[in-house]
Amino acid sequence: MQYMCLIYSAEGSGPQPGTDEFGPFMKAYGDYTAQMRESGALVHADALQPVATATTVTVRNGQTITTDGPFAETKEQLGGYYLLECENLDDAIAKAARIPTATYGRIEIRPIIVWDD
Amino acid sequence: MLPPLQSETLIERTLREEWGRILSALTKSLGDLQLAEDCLQDAITRAVEVWPEKGLPDAPAAWLISTARRRAIDRFRRDARWAARVPELSYLADLEAQAEGPDPEAIPDKRLEMIFTCCHPALEQKTQVALTLRTLGGLTTEDIATAFLDKPQTMAQRLTRAKRKIAAAGIPYEIPDRDKLPERLTTVLAVIYLIFNAGYSTPSPLAGEAIRLGRIMHQLMPDQAEVAGLLALMLLHDARRLARSGPAGEFIPLDSQNRNRWDRAKITEGDALLQATLPRGQVGPYQLQAAISALHAKSPSWDATDWPQIAALYGLLYQMQPSVVVRVNQAMAVSYAQSVAAGLAMLDGLSDDPQLASYQPYHAARADLCTRASDLPAARTSYRTAIRLTTEDSNRRFLEEKLKNIS
Repeated sequence: MQYMCLIYSAEGSGPQPGTDEFGPFMKAYGDYTAQMRESGALVHADALQPVATATTVTVRNGQTITTDGPFAETKEQLGGYYLLECENLDDAIAKAARIPTATYGRIEIRPIIVWDD
Repeated sequence: MLPPLQSETLIERTLREEWGRILSALTKSLGDLQLAEDCLQDAITRAVEVWPEKGLPDAPAAWLISTARRRAIDRFRRDARWAARVPELSYLADLEAQAEGPDPEAIPDKRLEMIFTCCHPALEQKTQVALTLRTLGGLTTEDIATAFLDKPQTMAQRLTRAKRKIAAAGIPYEIPDRDKLPERLTTVLAVIYLIFNAGYSTPSPLAGEAIRLGRIMHQLMPDQAEVAGLLALMLLHDARRLARSGPAGEFIPLDSQNRNRWDRAKITEGDALLQATLPRGQVGPYQLQAAISALHAKSPSWDATDWPQIAALYGLLYQMQPSVVVRVNQAMAVSYAQSVAAGLAMLDGLSDDPQLASYQPYHAARADLCTRASDLPAARTSYRTAIRLTTEDSNRRFLEEKLKNIS
């Protein structure tokens, strides 16, 4: 089964660029991604640009409305994701728990729907 | 052929006892809890039609499981949704072919896998409880709703959502790996104890159901000391059920219970479990609580109670679970083992705890200790607070009586 691991955290929390912790933190991400790739679990992964770059689009009565900023004004925002191939939810939980942001943010796990043809 | 009434009772008992084992085995082979439950329901409907006519089959569980499997094959064939399951279909058909007159012992016992699935941490706790009662205990949705004071429809939706989440989120039907087992076992035991406590103060089938689940767990995991500890604890508590209330439903505390009304068989069984388990040395909270309960159960009278040992056991328990609940109980034991003043000092040590204002047993304990220390004004204040916080009628009447006696 494929699971989407959505990485949420408050911007500005966790190791920041320029601090001593940032290097090891980024290395941990690199190692994790490499491990997922080598084990065959990695389907896709990306980090997102900060929330300041977000634009929200709605269409109402045929009119496109664009708003500056994210869809939900919450403290914790989506910062990136891993799409992983896992055996079951327990396996997905174990893999998500190893994403470096899990120690200060949150990882939401959602299974991918497989559409019947 | 049996007379109708007798046969109905027999059928009902068979279905009830075999439900969890059959549903777990079916779920494991079909890979879908909802489908397994639907097919088992169909098989039961068939049994209720056929058994009174032809008599109970030699192996009712095997009969039910092959009937349910046949239903599953029919569904697979008819329903396009299951078209992708051709491998399962042929596997089931194979099973079916060799299943003429199957041996009931050959049904693999998958209840342990099932209970870990029902108590998976990805499900809400109330859902864990409800699902465990439904799938392992075979209680109806209506029974479960009644026990939790929910509408049957609300409970049905909760169960349906849970079954859908198990399937869609990929919650596995398996016993967790060794490294995850202790943590997950803690959840399972907590769920069973929650079921027991939900059924403890009110007359309901839940306490008996929890004991039954405890027995299943112990039979399936005989080496887990805390599993034995929980079963012992529930048996020892339940042994006092009849003595806990009077003819008008009034609450009778331990010190004035008629010990002849205690269930000796349950006490013996609980104590034997504990004696067999404690020497293994993996002592946990359930075993400690059971050991405390056993000391009460084996004491010939309230006055002869071994308070120093009970106080010491609460001390150990407090090291593992530093909670107000444990401390209040420990203070009561210390008030008998050492002195009322020592007990009160322990309660005073809790005074910064924010939960305390609304924790009824703390105020009831303080009221009792102040009465025994002849500080009646303080006792009255605590009784009034305790009475205000009591939600159960029989308990409130008991405390009001105590207050009247010192006014």
